[in-house]
Amino acid sequence: MKHEMVPDHAVLSKSESNKVLKKMDIHLEQLPKIKSDDPVAKSIGAKEGDILEITRKSSTAGKFITYRLVKD
Amino acid sequence: MQETIEKVTKVVKKKRAKFPESYIHDIARAAERHDLDDDELDELVRRVKRAYERAKVEKGEAVGTVAAQSVGEPGTQMTMRTFHYAGVAELNVTLGLPRLIEIVDARKKISTPTMAIYFEDEFKNDEEFVRTIANKIGKSNVNDILQDFHVNFAEMNVVAELDETKIKDKRLDFTDIINRVEKAFKKAQIDNNILSFVPSKSNIRELRLLADKVRDLQISGVKNIGKVVIRKEEDEWVIHTEGSNLGAVLKMEGVDKVRTTTNDIHEVEKVLGIEAARNAIIHEAQRTMDEQGLTVDVRHIMLVADMMTADGSVKSIGRHGISGEKASVLARASFEETGKHLLRASIRGEIDHLTGIIENIIIGQPIPLGTGSVGVVMKHK
Repeated sequence: MKHEMVPDHAVLSKSESNKVLKKMDIHLEQLPKIKSDDPVAKSIGAKEGDILEITRKSSTAGKFITYRLVKD
Repeated sequence: MQETIEKVTKVVKKKRAKFPESYIHDIARAAERHDLDDDELDELVRRVKRAYERAKVEKGEAVGTVAAQSVGEPGTQMTMRTFHYAGVAELNVTLGLPRLIEIVDARKKISTPTMAIYFEDEFKNDEEFVRTIANKIGKSNVNDILQDFHVNFAEMNVVAELDETKIKDKRLDFTDIINRVEKAFKKAQIDNNILSFVPSKSNIRELRLLADKVRDLQISGVKNIGKVVIRKEEDEWVIHTEGSNLGAVLKMEGVDKVRTTTNDIHEVEKVLGIEAARNAIIHEAQRTMDEQGLTVDVRHIMLVADMMTADGSVKSIGRHGISGEKASVLARASFEETGKHLLRASIRGEIDHLTGIIENIIIGQPIPLGTGSVGVVMKHK
């Protein structure tokens, strides 16, 4: 998955996930989703319920970090 | 440059500003160009911070409505014509309004799928290699490599003579062709480059059908890809295709796995995932607008792409997608198929909490936006 259209995905640990949710003051279900059979999620071995940290290259902000919740 | 960036980052942190990366780079570049001293840099960061905070979207701002208007207005000025010859002269690509509709509707079958196939550094100037790959990808059938072909009614057989120069021209492998022919026609007789076929039933109708079948037998090509065009772009060879199959092409040797793309968003989703699909939506929508000489701020398109991919799969905007899945009955009913939604909601006993804009307009209350987005609560004693 080195394609230029695919940004970096990383699985967050439990404590990191909680920190992210707390910082954004939202519930888990309010995050955008990513399917567990998504090719990228599969390749990094993400499981259902994990939060993925996605580092997008943005034309406006340069670098933008966002999160997605893995769902089935 | 790196030093300046670090210095700017430090100043920004000291001023407690939260700038995106691109701002820091811009400030660093400006600082270097004008040779700013520490005080001047401080002042610059302070002013940028003020301007940035002023420019930020307020909480509760109706960004969706603004995005809809900002994409919709230039859309009225787009050409209604479906076809245009853009980029590659020989290939037809849907552009303009029909293409934009295709993108936001998230069509499964787009009208003109096309790919741009790039090659890895060691092959990108190797014309011979690129042509071989192009012939492997592009569709060709027996008809393309015939020297002579007849249907012999007297002996009830079909005789095809293959042209070796044509095969060489197309950089195909002779034994591979023979294998494919043998696989498709078990009863074929092969004598060097002369192939003869006998129909299963000995009548003229069968014989004619067999002749067509022989001619149409595909001997090379990737599934779903038709014509290919090879072009020299800047200093490398690029293949453009009619039809698209990203998964199969990315597996081929020598193909650049980083830059090779397709305009089929569902295929991008399947092969490269939802984040890549988001990028593809943004890229395709913006390219379509640009090509028509219209400029829309990317942020509006990003919002559309974010909404379309928020669910984990590409969803359309409209009846079957985002608008059709709104929580409020009244909001859904006001969009399309009013009767259906009201009837179903009454059968299921749905409750409308009147939290959205549309519902409140319908019942004549202030909308939860701007002044309406705040309320008064009594302090608990």
